[in-house]
Amino acid sequence: MSQNARPGSERELQRLIADAARAEMPVEVLGSGTKRAVGRPTNSGLTITTASLSGVTLYEPTELVMGARAGTPLADIEQRLADKGQMLAFEPIDLGPVLGAPAKNGTIGAVFATNLSGSRRVIAGGARDHLLGIEAITGAGQSFRGGGRVMKNVTGYDLCRAVCGSWGTLAVMTGVTFKVLPRPERTGTLVFLGLDDTSAIEALCAALGTPFEVSGAVHLQAPLAARLRHADLAASKKAVTAVRIETFASSLRYRLDRLKEALGAFGEIHEFDDENSRAFWDELRQLSPLQGSAAPLWRISTAPRSGPAVVAAIARYMECRAYYDWSGGLIWAEVLDTADAGAADVRRVIAHHGGHATLIRAAPAVRASIDVFQPLEPDLAAITRGIKAVFDPADILNRGRMLADL
Amino acid sequence: MSINVLPPPDRTITARRDAIAKDLARLVGTGGVIADEDGRRAFETDGLSAYRCMPLAVVLPRSTEEVSRVLKYAHENSITVIPRGAGTSLCGGALPSEDAIVIGVSRMNRVLDIDLENRTARVETGITNLGISGAVQPHGFFYAPDPSSQLACTLAGNIAMNSGGAHCLKYGVTTNNVLGMKMVLIDGRVVEIGGAHLDASGYDLLGLIVGSEGQFGIVTEATVRILRAAEAARPMLLGFESSEVAGRCVSAIIASGIIPVAIEFMDKPAIHVCEAFAKAGYPLDVEALLIIEVEGSEEEISTLLARIVDIAKPFKPKGVRVSQSAEESAAIWRGRKSAFGALGRISDYFCMDGTIPLGRLPEVLVRIGEICAGHGLKVANIFHAGDGNLHPLILFDANDAGQMRRAEEAGADILKLCVEVGGCLTGEHGVGVEKRDLMPCQFTSGELALQMRIKTVFDPQWLLNPHKVFPLGGREIEHQAWEH
Repeated sequence: MSQNARPGSERELQRLIADAARAEMPVEVLGSGTKRAVGRPTNSGLTITTASLSGVTLYEPTELVMGARAGTPLADIEQRLADKGQMLAFEPIDLGPVLGAPAKNGTIGAVFATNLSGSRRVIAGGARDHLLGIEAITGAGQSFRGGGRVMKNVTGYDLCRAVCGSWGTLAVMTGVTFKVLPRPERTGTLVFLGLDDTSAIEALCAALGTPFEVSGAVHLQAPLAARLRHADLAASKKAVTAVRIETFASSLRYRLDRLKEALGAFGEIHEFDDENSRAFWDELRQLSPLQGSAAPLWRISTAPRSGPAVVAAIARYMECRAYYDWSGGLIWAEVLDTADAGAADVRRVIAHHGGHATLIRAAPAVRASIDVFQPLEPDLAAITRGIKAVFDPADILNRGRMLADL
Repeated sequence: MSINVLPPPDRTITARRDAIAKDLARLVGTGGVIADEDGRRAFETDGLSAYRCMPLAVVLPRSTEEVSRVLKYAHENSITVIPRGAGTSLCGGALPSEDAIVIGVSRMNRVLDIDLENRTARVETGITNLGISGAVQPHGFFYAPDPSSQLACTLAGNIAMNSGGAHCLKYGVTTNNVLGMKMVLIDGRVVEIGGAHLDASGYDLLGLIVGSEGQFGIVTEATVRILRAAEAARPMLLGFESSEVAGRCVSAIIASGIIPVAIEFMDKPAIHVCEAFAKAGYPLDVEALLIIEVEGSEEEISTLLARIVDIAKPFKPKGVRVSQSAEESAAIWRGRKSAFGALGRISDYFCMDGTIPLGRLPEVLVRIGEICAGHGLKVANIFHAGDGNLHPLILFDANDAGQMRRAEEAGADILKLCVEVGGCLTGEHGVGVEKRDLMPCQFTSGELALQMRIKTVFDPQWLLNPHKVFPLGGREIEHQAWEH
């Protein structure tokens, strides 16, 4: 049975990890634990949560920068930003509800540890692109900083990027500094109903090829669209394809109209006003169409135009329902429950089309038996193991969570 | 001069120079190797021309395969390798050593694929930065990072240094715009990382490699994001009676929710030098000048610029001028982008590259003035105000060794000041040899050791660009700090 620790200070956390390293005791690292069910199940002797390391430590709205201790609730961060008319532009998705955990309960540290970005990533960049600095503790119990609080920084190697998206396997972040941006004045959304996947992705890529700064481009197949909370869309029983514009009030009408001209050939276009738009994209941030199901859920990253071919190929092997984000480059695919969650077939398809696939939701027995994260080529696996050994020489942090030998 | 920035060369290597050159010719053909003295001289320095050293030999490969062969050879023979793009580094990132082979990628400059639907371009990294935009411009797209040297500098160098530019406030720097790469490891193995998709799998190796100053491998191909260009862009000029007021105006604009695509700041000496050179129409009677550019349709631009003018009013701007034509816009940017060249006509100078929190600008400018005056030197300041990246240009006479030494000292003091106020040693130029010995100002020995151990993962023998980034005593630090 794993012990739990909730250190109240960076120093206490550092001591816990140094002790664990000396004892070579595997440690599970958590923020609030909403994404704990992602990855290969780990056996740990100690579970450490950063949830008590909380609080905004720096906020300079006019410098577009905020700093916070790692365990600060994301909800608190977003409230502080909203009070000043700002936001996290990469629009982090909330995986909690999809995994059966509560909504809006994540921490800012975990957002960066998992590098999860939402729909706006297509224009604003991802979590990794907004992280400016970290304070962290290695698996050897040594504290270090990477980056800083300024936007441009090429001093030494980019340790922020290394730790971002490493799912707690390299270091335990105790503090993060990140870029923030103004919230757009107005939001508008164009919606197509009933497009097939190929036409939809063609439309979305065309939209992103316009100069109108499209900030969201999604397509939900009909079975997933039917689970939307948006009553009209769910009732339509059709696939939903949506394109978002966010801009100044004075520009919104112009941009929506020009975009409609550009996309008119793809079918009838419906339009959401500001309020409807915000509700729709907020719902997608919670991945609402993927909630309430225990079916295995894959997250696939590929070149946008390859998206429909990837989904079609997977669908030849298994029942599959897809939600495309990033104009087709990110696919959430819910598949039929099988012993390997379709991993062998999904990975074969990915090998052919390019990209990578992560099994986000599956029973622990399935996650223990397959590669949850994309297996690496041997040369890259060797480099990856080398980097792991630099940060975590005793191999104690979230051991085996990403890859069996990592 | 200044060979002393490098450790003594390995004489067992330099003694074998002719034999090594012959070996290299066997690997890449005689046309790909430069071994004669005149030929090598063109590679003895880079944009930091105060430092010079003749390399052992220069190889200009034409393919990844050739790069692989040369690296494998260097690895087997324990010969140091200096990767080089166009040699525009301002921090001595491409400075050779006597016992090193320079591998220049400039002949590998093909566009391999343009994919407008996926908004990517795959290129060989010897292509110039502007060459990428040039290739996609006919389709209305561009490659976003835009360092001032973009006409000459290569993508390979941009990747090594994580280069930025004037427009990165909106579009990010190199690391935000590279999706995939083909890299040759020191032993000649070729790895592919990422691709045309976002967020490569596993650890963010792309993020680590971009900005690693050629110390992890030689990147020969890359897949970069290309973006659809805005319908139009237009700059405006706003002059102020003090730097402090200009800084407060920038804060007010950002607080209003407007993020211009660029906000460039120049102090009085910089304004005068640039105006004399480029005839951009800059006001000469102001202490500080902002160039602010916004994008969109013509109507959107007019609306936004009018809002900015309104926001600026309480700060009593002088010489407010909105560009009225493409020619005028080009002239305004020509003035700023030619700042380095313009200054170079009147004096030798060191271009510093610290980053500071915007709020500290007035205080930092005052102290920079004091530091330089204290060393009997003049300084001009250029600043990417949106992102805090400050370029003090310290003027000196290179024929006066005393002046040059004082300029180096002033530069070091300025960079220490940047760190002291919460910024960093380098925002976009890189560490190279120039700032190598200042690294302990920003990092603890443990932090430097952590970074050096990452280099060792990629390059166990430290053959790739080894004398850069970390203090020369560094490898001892690496072993000491991590043993307990």
